[in-house]
Amino acid sequence: MYQKALYTALLLLGLVAPYAIYPVFLMKVLCFALFACAFNLLLGFAGLLSFGHAAFFGLAGYVCGHVLKVWGLPTELGLIVGTLAAGALGLAVGALAIRRQGIYFAMITLALSQMVYFFFLQAPFTGGENGLQGVPRGHFLGVVDLRSDLALYYVVLAVFVAGFWLVQRTVDSPFGQVLKAIRENEPRAISLGYEVDRYKLVAFVLSASLAGLAGALKSVVLQLASLGDAHWHMSGEVVLMTLLGGMGTILGPVVGAATVVTLQNYLASSPIGSYVPAPVVLGVIFVLCVLAFRRGIVGELAALVRKNLNLG
Amino acid sequence: MDLFNIPLPAILSQLVVGLINGSFYALLSLGLAIIFGLLNIINFAHGAQYMLGAFAAWFGLQYLGINYWVALLVAPLAVGAFGMLLERTMLSRLYREDHLYGLLLTFGLALIIEGLFVQGFGVSGNPYATPEALRGPVNLGFMMLPKYRLWVIVVSVVVCIACWLVIERTKLGAYLRAGTENPRLLQAFGVNVPLMITLTYGFGVALAALAGVLAAPIFQVSPKMGSDLIIVVFAVVVIGGMGSILGSIVTGLGLGVIEGATKVVWPEASNTVIFVIMAIVLLVRPAGLFGKEK
Repeated sequence: MYQKALYTALLLLGLVAPYAIYPVFLMKVLCFALFACAFNLLLGFAGLLSFGHAAFFGLAGYVCGHVLKVWGLPTELGLIVGTLAAGALGLAVGALAIRRQGIYFAMITLALSQMVYFFFLQAPFTGGENGLQGVPRGHFLGVVDLRSDLALYYVVLAVFVAGFWLVQRTVDSPFGQVLKAIRENEPRAISLGYEVDRYKLVAFVLSASLAGLAGALKSVVLQLASLGDAHWHMSGEVVLMTLLGGMGTILGPVVGAATVVTLQNYLASSPIGSYVPAPVVLGVIFVLCVLAFRRGIVGELAALVRKNLNLG
Repeated sequence: MDLFNIPLPAILSQLVVGLINGSFYALLSLGLAIIFGLLNIINFAHGAQYMLGAFAAWFGLQYLGINYWVALLVAPLAVGAFGMLLERTMLSRLYREDHLYGLLLTFGLALIIEGLFVQGFGVSGNPYATPEALRGPVNLGFMMLPKYRLWVIVVSVVVCIACWLVIERTKLGAYLRAGTENPRLLQAFGVNVPLMITLTYGFGVALAALAGVLAAPIFQVSPKMGSDLIIVVFAVVVIGGMGSILGSIVTGLGLGVIEGATKVVWPEASNTVIFVIMAIVLLVRPAGLFGKEK
C-alpha cells in the first residue's frame, strides 16, 4: 500500500517536473535511471556484475541514430531496432560470460565490451571520435512532434515508466524469484532442478535490451550517439549509480542515477569542477560506498524505516 | 622469402614488437595472479599503479636527479609501499564481504588516481630518456632492434621466472601457496597471514610499478597509459586462467606475439584479436588454458 502511494506520488512529480526543471536535464536523468534499472536487474537480483553494459547502451544509441538519420524511419522504430540490436549483442556476450562466475564474469563482460568499443572506433557508420551527430528527433507515432522538449519529455517519461514497470514485474515474477535463488545459492538452485544458465542468460538479454532502450532514448534526446557512451567509464558509471542508490532495491538505481547526473552537471558548470575533476569525485563516492555504505541511499533509508516500524 | 606477400623481416620485426608488449602483459598479469591468489581480489587499480611506477621514474629523473637504474629499484618500492597502505586502510576491511566489492573499491581507486594525475599533468605524455647504456640498436640478423627493447624482454622474462621459482621452490613460496589454498589453517600454524597478505599485495603492486618504469622510455609517461592496457591484461588473465603462475607468464608473452602477428596480416584487427581469442577460449575451455575447473 505504501509502495502504491509512493509510486503515485513519484509519477505525479514526474508529470509536473518539466515545468520547474529544465526538461532536457530531466530526460537525461530518466535515460540513465532506466539504464541503471536495467543494470540493477542483473546485479541486484541475479547477482551478476557486468562491467560491460556500456556496450549495449552505446550500440543501441548508434543503431537508433542510424535508423533515424540515415534511413529516415520514424522515432519509435529507431527505439525498437536499437533495443533489439542491444538484445542480440546481449545474447552473444551473455552466452560467453555466463560460462564463468563472479569476478571472471565481470572481467569477461568488460573485455568483450572493450572489443565492441574498438569496433565502434573503427567502423565507418559511427563517425569515429566525432560520433553520430544531428540525429533527428522526428515524430512519435507519426503525430507527436518531438522537436518540442516538453512533448519529448512525456514520451521519455512514458518509456521510462514502461521499462521500470517491466523490471518490477520481472523481479516479482516466479522468474525473478528463481533469479534471487540463484543469487543466494547457485548450487542449491541447480540441485532443485533449475537450469541456472538459461535463467541467467534470459536475465542478461533482458537487462541488455533495456540498457539498449535507454541508450536509444538518449541518442534521441541529445540527438547524438558518441563513443563515450560505449566506453568502459560508462559501464563504471552505471555500476556506481546502482551501488550509490542501493543495489537490489527497486528505486535505488533511479535515485543513484539522479544523484550522479546532477553531480556531473553541477561539476561541469561550476568553477569547483575545474579544480576537482569529475572522475575523482565519482571515484571517492565509489570508495565511500564500498567501505561504509554498501546498502546505498535507498537501502539505508529502507533499513531505517523498517527499524522505526518495528519499534513503533 | 615472403608470407602473404609480406617480407619475412617485416613479420619477424612485428613479432619482436609483439614480444615486447607480451613482456608487459606477462609482468602485469603475473602481479594480478599473485594478488588474486591470496586476496581473491581483482586489482582494478593495477593499471593506475603501473602508471604510478612510470610517473615515479619520470618525477625522480626530472626533479630529484634519480637515474633510471635507481628508479628501477626505488619506484617499485615506493609504489609498493603505497599499495600496502591502501591494503591496510581499505582493502583489508573487505575480506569478509563478497569479492566483487574488492573489484569495485579498486576501480574507484583507479578513477581517483588517474583523475588526479590528469588534473595535475594533463593527458599528453611526457618523454623519458632512454638510459645512456641502453641506447642504440642491436643487430639480430633479420632486423635492428633498439637495445632498450631487448633489455625490456630480458628483464621481464628474468623477473617472471624468478617469481615463479620463488613461489614454487622456496619456503616463502610454500607459505604463499598454502595461504592461497587455506589461509585459516595456515594461520593456525602460527603464520602471520594478515601481514603476508599485506606484503603480497605490496609485491603485486610493485611488479606493476616495475612494468611502468620499464615502459617509461618506450611509451610516453601519461596518466592514461594504464587504463586501456589493464583491460587487455584482464583478457590475458581470463585466457590463461588464474590457476598457475607459469600459465600467466606464458600466456602473456604468447598473446603479445599473436597480437604482433595480427598487426602484419590484418592491422585493423590487432586491437581486438586478444578479445576474440578470449571468446574462443571461453567456448572451448571455460576455465582458461592453464586454469583448473572448480
